[in-house]
Amino acid sequence: MMKLHSSRQSRVANVANIKIINGEFDPFAILSQQSASLDMSKIGACNSFVGSMRDFNQGDSVLTMELEYYPGMTEKALEKLANHAIEKWNINDVLIVHRVGPIKPSDVIVLVAAWSAHRADAFSACRFLIDELKTKAPFWKKEQLKNSSRWVEKNT
Amino acid sequence: MKVTVKYFASLRETIGRAEDQLEIAENMTIADIWRQVNPEHIQNQQMLCALNMEYVDWGTVVQANDEVAFFPPVTGG
Repeated sequence: MMKLHSSRQSRVANVANIKIINGEFDPFAILSQQSASLDMSKIGACNSFVGSMRDFNQGDSVLTMELEYYPGMTEKALEKLANHAIEKWNINDVLIVHRVGPIKPSDVIVLVAAWSAHRADAFSACRFLIDELKTKAPFWKKEQLKNSSRWVEKNT
Repeated sequence: MKVTVKYFASLRETIGRAEDQLEIAENMTIADIWRQVNPEHIQNQQMLCALNMEYVDWGTVVQANDEVAFFPPVTGG
């Protein structure tokens, strides 16, 4: 478990903040569940980001996708991001949920959320979580096109 | 000493293996290990490496029973 260097927050991210799911998930049901577990009388803002799969990329139709990850390291990397957000902003809770395995267009790939007393911290933490996840967390997408497949080489 | 080396995504497919169990000399860096296991592949500038599930530099020295991983730039989210 990560140790916090800041004295402002007393808590660190744990398994309740990070989920890697092989299969479909409903981001809004998860958001509701997580909100229900918090003392919402202290929270004035929840900011969330939901990312889903397009049926096109780089000018080509994409039929399906496979999402690979590094079991162990991926969870560790996401936990580190959650802890950075908790250290940096005044937030009550964060959530990172990411899909792995086979995925089809319009399926949800990722959900990140931050709960805070005020919107500025919730917005900033949420943006940080998704931007950093895209550059740091070990996930890789392989797209199935009509007659071929390819690894996505760079995130947009 | 023994180390485990893992490969992911396009790199795993190019190399044709997901994992190697290696017997290596002491004081080897991650770059040394890459040269030992994959001499036919050139070290790609964009390729990333991890030691015991943390990002590290290529010059990091590996200890017995460590887990080393090589993979391409990440594309999650």
